[in-house]
Amino acid sequence: MSLSPTDLPNSYIGRTVPRPNLARLTEGRGLYVSDLTLPRMVHVAFLRSPYAHAEIRSIDTSAAENMPGVVRIVTGEQMQAFCTPWVGVLAHLKGLKSAPQHPMAVGRVRWQGEPVVAVLATSRALAEDAAEHILVDYSELPAVVDVLAALDPSKPVIHDGLGDNLAFERRLDAGHVDAAFAEADHVIEQSFTFGRHTGVTLEARSIVADWNKAEARLTVHLGTQAPHMMQNIIAMHLGLEEPQVRILCHDVGGSFGIKVHVYADDMAVAALARMAGRPVKYVADRLESFVADIHARDHVVHGRIAVKNSGEITAFEIDDLTGIGPYSMYPRTSAVEANQIVNLVGGQYACPNYRARARVVFQNKAMMSQYRGVGHPIATSVTEGLVDLAAARIGMDPLEIRRRNLVADDAYPCASASGLRFEAMSHHASLNKLLGMMDYAGLRTEQAALRAKGIYRGIGFASFIEITNPGPAFYGVGGARISAQDGAAVRLDATGAVIVQSSITEQGQGSEAVIAQVTATAMGVPLDRVRVILGDTDNTPYGGGTWASRGAGIGGEAAWQAGRALRSNILTLAGTILQARPETLDIRAGVVVDAEDGRERLPLSELARIAYFRPDTLPCDFQSELMATRHFVPREYPFAFTNGIQASYLEVDTDTGFTRLLRHWVVEDCGTVINPQLVDEQIRGGVVQGLGAALFEHCQYDAQGQMINANMADYLVPMAGEMPDIDVAHVVSPTLESVIGAKGAGEAGTAGAAACVVNAVNDALSPFWVVISEIPMTPALILRALGRG
Amino acid sequence: MNITLTVNGETVTADVLPRTHLVDFLREHLELTGSHLGCEHGVCGACTIRLDGAIVRGCLVLAVQADGGVVETIEGLSDSGEIADLQAAFIARNALQCGFCTPGMLMAAQDLLLHNATPTREEIREHISGNYCRCTGYQAIVDAVETTAKQRARAQ
Ligand code: FES
Ligand code: FES
Repeated sequence: MSLSPTDLPNSYIGRTVPRPNLARLTEGRGLYVSDLTLPRMVHVAFLRSPYAHAEIRSIDTSAAENMPGVVRIVTGEQMQAFCTPWVGVLAHLKGLKSAPQHPMAVGRVRWQGEPVVAVLATSRALAEDAAEHILVDYSELPAVVDVLAALDPSKPVIHDGLGDNLAFERRLDAGHVDAAFAEADHVIEQSFTFGRHTGVTLEARSIVADWNKAEARLTVHLGTQAPHMMQNIIAMHLGLEEPQVRILCHDVGGSFGIKVHVYADDMAVAALARMAGRPVKYVADRLESFVADIHARDHVVHGRIAVKNSGEITAFEIDDLTGIGPYSMYPRTSAVEANQIVNLVGGQYACPNYRARARVVFQNKAMMSQYRGVGHPIATSVTEGLVDLAAARIGMDPLEIRRRNLVADDAYPCASASGLRFEAMSHHASLNKLLGMMDYAGLRTEQAALRAKGIYRGIGFASFIEITNPGPAFYGVGGARISAQDGAAVRLDATGAVIVQSSITEQGQGSEAVIAQVTATAMGVPLDRVRVILGDTDNTPYGGGTWASRGAGIGGEAAWQAGRALRSNILTLAGTILQARPETLDIRAGVVVDAEDGRERLPLSELARIAYFRPDTLPCDFQSELMATRHFVPREYPFAFTNGIQASYLEVDTDTGFTRLLRHWVVEDCGTVINPQLVDEQIRGGVVQGLGAALFEHCQYDAQGQMINANMADYLVPMAGEMPDIDVAHVVSPTLESVIGAKGAGEAGTAGAAACVVNAVNDALSPFWVVISEIPMTPALILRALGRG
Repeated sequence: MNITLTVNGETVTADVLPRTHLVDFLREHLELTGSHLGCEHGVCGACTIRLDGAIVRGCLVLAVQADGGVVETIEGLSDSGEIADLQAAFIARNALQCGFCTPGMLMAAQDLLLHNATPTREEIREHISGNYCRCTGYQAIVDAVETTAKQRARAQ
């Protein structure tokens, strides 16, 4: 077997090594934005709309102005002069429309929780006290809440200027769908409902914005996934030049896509800092997070599948309808999830006939946009739900029908019916590996034995594909100034230690560790000699950041390239010092050695000493370069697709409707695994978010557009006691786009978890002839399905 | 109101508003920001601290209620070395991702291990079920606590 370029002596790639940033976090010595205090800092409290839809007749702040500690009170109207509105559309999502959105409502409120007035005071408590004394006269308007109603011409139009509430529609028709359905032995139809849920990052969104008048610079401390994107957007809407804005990310208390967007209240804080000329801090409280963070999902998908008695799947058809709140989110829009669903359904199967429609509508609820998995959980649930129904109809084992239809492992490169191009995946190898982990036959025997005793257990599967490592196809081609490439700058300091500045960011995934591992390996230095700097637009290369499962695959490759370039510079210098040809030398464990026999020639500390302090001892025409910068973006494929399969084993109590998760298995293929432990924990964390969506999490709204469970006591999240142990394994199909070969792994867990749990519940309940196709599958929902509710 | 209490071994006297929560007092007055706020309504456990030897939710206790009491925070437990092994196990097992839940989780886990030296995995899951973690999916945390319990049992 030939060695890959990353199989170097002392390679850290493929090894579990501890993350450098964990010690401070375990000691409570991290620095989250919510921990930050700056001199003369003031705090904002937002008065938010209590109505989903209302005209603002008047705002009276006079009583609040005189409250203790109040520094300034600003309405949406007043803020207009300091921050221009934005429109969340992208050119490549053809026909997507949205209306200008202001940092705070101007004239009309369109969702419960929309910021209306900002109160700046010397403490948050005093700001909140004053906010209670602001009088806003609202004239309530009928709210458009239900997605179907949003399309009803008799219902109000949320933005008068847009004509109707349809934000986006996409259709796709590939192959011969009608013929396939006509010739099928069976056609099965099913509607699938996906409740709204949200990110519930344990640290709520937090921001400190600091306008330094003398420098004419705004420093924004923000837990964002995309610092350069935020720099661009804040500058653009505040009327500043980009270099006048610095974004600094410190430790971030979870993100999962929640903190990649541009929020109205964050923009308001940036503008307020400029207006007040002093640091302004805003930390969303939990009740605000539920109505001010983006929500996700909220889809109803009608699906059809055509199948032959042989088990061959011959067509898929879907019709997706989703509600996104009153605006399309900026700048990544709120049409991406529906667009992904159209792209992804059926993509794991070799089925050329596929028709899809997606409609995205405005409504008076909190805004909806990209959260971990973006469309994948829905596409997987619909596809895998239909496949299970087809299997049941023809009496075939769910694994067997998958075997017969999954794209063959030797079929690559190939494309899906929707046009997605696949470089290399491993559906069959993954399925076989999964079987090796779970003792399928044994579980079926156990299931049958228990069923005889009135205990209902179920086994469910979900194969999936996942989009990772996006290039410019995601946002850049649509006109968004979101970098598709990432960069790394690597330098050797005077002690021989290495410092890497990378444009990706860390929200807990282990970005810092991965960049350190890759750089240490590329250079041949011990890991503890590498320090990583992330999340600072003043001090990192320009780049995209960490989102859409791209940090390791794209940012990691940039670090690899930069590390190799610096290594080469070092060897040139070493050759000069040692009077040797550079190609006869290598760096191992931080020492320049003879490549041939490993004999130690020169420690990097000594090399650096000579370069920095005694260049007079080097030839006159030689200049050492101990810093190297490289960027990377995948060129060949717009995305690196990964794949995997998950399985769930669970028990449904048919008297109470409670579902007990017993076991969960995942096999996934993210190409080269840089740090096995980090990848596995990404998968586990992602699975549990998917399990939350499947069983608990739901943003419940009443008919007036009020979120009725906007607190952590009523919005249920997965806790330790309810979660199963999760077995994770890998198949490795590296991408050849990069030397490292890593694809993304951050969303694979979420992509398939809910789908296999729903299939397992339906398997458990098969003796009752019920099919559940709605999540969250609460006990009440299950009892209703059983006719016992 | 004037209060006097012991925080991580130091005597602290302060003038606080009656409505100030203990965790806000620790974070804002004493700048001990290791105790976090995740919900401020007693559900997530991010603010878990020790008051007079028992773990409490710092967002549900008023600072004035701690008058005369003994408070220990993650910073105190770190400096005393009391949970050094547990912290090492969390790091080795990557039982934290963003780390925001971790101080509260460590306080809860140590509390369990003080009362039950050899907990089962189910008992560990049960005991930390008042501490929300959005990142890890809990398994790594359960593993780290279990490992620490076994190590301590062996060291006995
Ligand atoms: S902040 Fe105290 S329990 Fe959540
Ligand atoms: S590690 Fe992020 S919440 Fe637990």
